[in-house]
Amino acid sequence: MAVTLSDKAATHIGNFIAKRGKGVGIRLGVRTSGCSGMAYKLEFADEVLPEDVVFESHGLKVLIDPKSLPYMDGTELDFVREGLNEGFKFNNPNVKGECGCGESFTV
Amino acid sequence: MALLQISEPGMSTAPHQHRLAVGIDLGTTNSLVATVRNGVAQCLQDEEGKVLLPSAVHYLADGQIVVGRKAHSAQAVDPRNTIVSVKRFMGRGLRDVSHVETMPYDFVDAEGMVRLRTVQGVKSPVQVSAEILKDLRLRAERSLGGELTGAVITVPAYFDDAQRQATKDAARLAGLNVLRLLNEPTAAAIAYGLEHASEGIYAVYDLGGGTFDISILRLSRGVFEVVATNGDASLGGDDFDHRLFCWMLDNAGISLPSDRDARRLLMKAREVKERLSLDESVSIRMTLERGDEVDLTIDRSVFVDITRPLVAKTLKPVRKALRDAGLDAGDVKGVVMVGGATRMPHVQQAVGEFFGQIPLTNLDPDTVVAIGAAIQANVLAGNRAAEDEWLLLDVIPLSLGIETMGGLVEKIIPRNATIPTARAQDFTTFKDGQTAMAFHVVQGERELVSACRSLARFELRGIPPLVAGAARIRVTFQVDADGLLSVSAREQTTGVEARVEVKPSYGLADHEIADMLKSGFENARDDMELRGLREQQVEAARVIEATMKALDADGGLLNAHERTALDAAIGALQSAADGQDARAIKIQLEAFNRASNEFASRRMDKSIREALAGQRIDDLRI
Repeated sequence: MAVTLSDKAATHIGNFIAKRGKGVGIRLGVRTSGCSGMAYKLEFADEVLPEDVVFESHGLKVLIDPKSLPYMDGTELDFVREGLNEGFKFNNPNVKGECGCGESFTV
Repeated sequence: MALLQISEPGMSTAPHQHRLAVGIDLGTTNSLVATVRNGVAQCLQDEEGKVLLPSAVHYLADGQIVVGRKAHSAQAVDPRNTIVSVKRFMGRGLRDVSHVETMPYDFVDAEGMVRLRTVQGVKSPVQVSAEILKDLRLRAERSLGGELTGAVITVPAYFDDAQRQATKDAARLAGLNVLRLLNEPTAAAIAYGLEHASEGIYAVYDLGGGTFDISILRLSRGVFEVVATNGDASLGGDDFDHRLFCWMLDNAGISLPSDRDARRLLMKAREVKERLSLDESVSIRMTLERGDEVDLTIDRSVFVDITRPLVAKTLKPVRKALRDAGLDAGDVKGVVMVGGATRMPHVQQAVGEFFGQIPLTNLDPDTVVAIGAAIQANVLAGNRAAEDEWLLLDVIPLSLGIETMGGLVEKIIPRNATIPTARAQDFTTFKDGQTAMAFHVVQGERELVSACRSLARFELRGIPPLVAGAARIRVTFQVDADGLLSVSAREQTTGVEARVEVKPSYGLADHEIADMLKSGFENARDDMELRGLREQQVEAARVIEATMKALDADGGLLNAHERTALDAAIGALQSAADGQDARAIKIQLEAFNRASNEFASRRMDKSIREALAGQRIDDLRI
């Protein structure tokens, strides 16, 4: 299994990193917090840490810390537009339940 | 579900803890909202994909309020209830507003700020602006998928306090939490990332719809400082439209058009102006209500001619700002162009000629201010990692000063000075042989210490005993980027020093600052009178002190009769100084000066004789 980026997500991430002017890729992860137990982490990555699990998707590096991986394996990161709002969405097969807003989840 | 954005490393927010912050350029002609998403500053679009929101508000008879493009086009059909360029009225009285006669509004001159009578009742410019801000807030909340933490709103650099306050009130009315008001040119500089540019002097030339601003910025070690600002609060692209409008009336032989026609002609003028930035020649055709036909063709050169005085008018404040900064046009390393009106080629050319270089126009002059405000808002909302070196620009809300003799305040750092800053002023001793000095640091706009807020006290000891006025004590006020004030006093000859640190903004809530500002304005006259009185009292005490000392030393130069007269004069001055009449003290001071004149000149003669005694003429270097 792996963690992948959708075409759209990859295009946007590539653009954002180019405009930001630095970054080796993006870092995904989960943290325990929020109303349903876990929350996603989505950040620019300026360096690859020794313990990082690195996936390549559409030529972009996707970094995940090994502790987060079991909760995210098989996830596809997508970029969607909902009305005026636009942003990233995790399609995570491990999720059993989400809080109403979808910002936190349980596995 | 909520959509996620990419954060800076280590800056992921907890669920429901998003710090959504926007920058808003509340412009005369157009307004914009921008934010930083996924590390990139961008203007937010409306449903039609447009970023510019015309700053127009249309009040309808059925209670509806329409904002933006639709309101802008309603100008022609319902000019009286369609408010445009409301920024010009913010915090201004009717007398401050130019071209009132050509505006189709029903003005109500109210105390402090002009108001507009509409079909929905009398509206203040604050309320009208709030409608524009509300529209932008809703757009931002729909685009970002949540409530806003706060907004940075830009204002022209020399907006006075009333205008800034009006802007803040409008934001509050629109349900926005104002993180900070930011000067427009400073926002533009941030958008251009000038803090990463090479060191030197930069000028920001901002010709917007209704205001003109020039700011001179100095960059050093990635930090920029506003050295001087100037401008004209009633000069902008609208005036170019107005010139063209007058030209159209003259050349089409129309006088006194109806409200509706005037509005249509003005809109036409704006369109023609914009097209003349691209085309050499534009034809104007329209039919007015009375059936008058307008059929004109205007060349760019004619437009350049009729608006030349306006362009020249912008260069006057530019010269003044440079003079204030003690700089020449040649010292300026780069010129940033801001505002839609800077798209006009002859404006760019005139600015280029003035500074002897091609101005920077690579960012969209319409969005650059909003982008800068968004970047600042992002930082203020706490979305940037601490290691990102980025200087927060802030200003001192109230003047910082020091107590001087007579309970007066000597302001060292004026209100609205940008921080970090350092200013120094020299003080001296009041009495002969004085070896210590007490310093009292205060904050406020009032002239008297008792009406200001006390921040700290400290003493400087070890001043060498010298005659009054001979010691040089340099007091330095330094405010760092966090608003932390440190005050030091240093005696210049011996180098003895004392210092104290205070946090000037702590303990003062916004409303207290507002109250203090208000009381500063209201009491300015009383304060000046009291200040005059105290100054006279201090002067009288100084003169008496000096005379008593002189009498101790050289009392023998006077005969008994002269001595009695001088003592009487001292008594008269003392009793006047004990009173509360500054004029009376002044008169007594003058009388005393006459009375003691003879004594003073005898002392002078004596000291010259002593100095000359026993010296050969060659030794005297004259």
